[in-house]
Amino acid sequence: MLSIKDLNVSYGAVHAIHNASLEVKDGEIVSLIGANGAGKTTILHTVTGLKDAKSGTMTYDDLDLCTTDASKLIKYGICHVPEGRHIFRDMTVMENLEMGAYSKKKDKYDMGKNIEKVFERFPRLKERYKQLAGTLSGGEQQMLAMGRALMGEPKILLLDEPSMGLSPILVKEIFSIIKYCHEIGITILLVEQNAKMALSIADRAYVLETGNITISGKASDLFEDDRIRKAYLGQ
Amino acid sequence: MNKIQNKKWAYIINFIGICILFSLLMILFNSGILGTSTNYVKGILTTACYTIIMVASLNLLTGFMGEFSLGHAGFMSVGAYSSAIITNMLVDKGIPDIILFVIALIVGGFAAAITGTLVGIPALRLRGDYLAIVTIAFAEIIRVAFTNFAITGGGRTMSGITKLSKFSWCFWVMVICVTFMYMYVRSRFGRTVIAIREDYIASAASGINVTFYKVLTFTISAFFAGVAGAMYAHYMTAMIPTNFSFMYSAEFLTEVIIGGTGSLTGSIMGAIFLSALPELMRDFSNYRMLAYSVVLLLVMIFKPSGIFGTYEFSLTGALSRLFHKKEKGKGGAADE
Repeated sequence: MLSIKDLNVSYGAVHAIHNASLEVKDGEIVSLIGANGAGKTTILHTVTGLKDAKSGTMTYDDLDLCTTDASKLIKYGICHVPEGRHIFRDMTVMENLEMGAYSKKKDKYDMGKNIEKVFERFPRLKERYKQLAGTLSGGEQQMLAMGRALMGEPKILLLDEPSMGLSPILVKEIFSIIKYCHEIGITILLVEQNAKMALSIADRAYVLETGNITISGKASDLFEDDRIRKAYLGQ
Repeated sequence: MNKIQNKKWAYIINFIGICILFSLLMILFNSGILGTSTNYVKGILTTACYTIIMVASLNLLTGFMGEFSLGHAGFMSVGAYSSAIITNMLVDKGIPDIILFVIALIVGGFAAAITGTLVGIPALRLRGDYLAIVTIAFAEIIRVAFTNFAITGGGRTMSGITKLSKFSWCFWVMVICVTFMYMYVRSRFGRTVIAIREDYIASAASGINVTFYKVLTFTISAFFAGVAGAMYAHYMTAMIPTNFSFMYSAEFLTEVIIGGTGSLTGSIMGAIFLSALPELMRDFSNYRMLAYSVVLLLVMIFKPSGIFGTYEFSLTGALSRLFHKKEKGKGGAADE
């Protein structure tokens, strides 16, 4: 279980996150929604250790995330899919997937089986396994980033705006992949601007506004909330 | 396994290739075909040897890790001065020359590697242009420090260093260094470093300790620069801190870029080309810098990735293409 309590983060003098607390229970999909610059990515970066927290506690089961290095997280089953499709552009699709298993010990890990599993879910990647990742289309790159994350056999996936810059059809495809990840038992923390999609898939959700968590609750309740309907769903 | 067998063969074939090249050069020198210019050509080739090590080690940073260092001559000077000081202390103790030479190289290498680690740990928090500026500053600090230490001869020339860098020794040291760098790049460490160059956030998310690998590569690069510096000191026998100025560092970077960032073959060719060029153009030495810039401009316009790009020459590949045209090159190992 991932739990964040009273988190404060600042960039120099700018206080970006104010006393944010949130919780992701095992087996849940939790969405964190908010507008541009609300601090969604900052929270994720703080959780993964790419950014240091000013105060507050973050734990994953018994692991203290404040003191854990970003590169160690995957060993504990936390996998971060960064915003904007951070893939290795000059490596082939296959090599990208292999990089996802970087932290695994050779004798305790079945590379072939995991690659097969990813290819089964993403046939597009199989077609293009020899191609340089930089030449893939936006949607394929996002699939690759998620496939790479799955290679690390994560227990919890931190997804940062997976739908960014994709066409509506691809957005649907990406969300169906998120559902698939959930079905195979992965807990998901989803950071999204696309509030409608994010709420439709989530169990619970948090709304972030200029660094404060203003609304939280069951996703189905938030759908009915007037403030959210006005501000994020355009109704 | 077949793959490993192939790799072994590739190493053996490349080793034979290098031996043939070496014996050809030796025959050339010993037969006296070159007449009075034998020593002159030998000298140029020795220069080429340490330049190759310098350029290849800088390519580890620039080509494979994707970070600029404009202070590589600084590491070279650390290696040069520390090895010179050690050999000056040991020279009368009756140690055979070859052992003294090896000691000098190791001392030079480790002195530079330690400096590299100390500089690297804080500096590698920065990226791109900012890192380049820090490395320039570092090289300048070293230079100014050496002009003020009594042990390095102060601002005067440090002369009287024993001449140990014979061409044949330098050649083999160069081969060993380049082979090691090649193996590093092709190892899992090298692939990790390339992944960091591609995308450091994705690397961290895949479980790579980015800082560690950056500092490790920086240290290895500095080590080889130190080895090259030790060779330089024992070839020149006299040196002055201003030799290792910013211009010298920039020259190495030019060679990396002209040869091809990310290609050790390119580094070797670039280094040979640019160590021979000044000698070929003795008559118009003033225009040398002009020629550099013209070459650099042409390369940037017509082949921005450098003459070799990321291509690596492979002897086994070339041979198999020569003998069985149908069988495609299986990829070789070291590439001298």
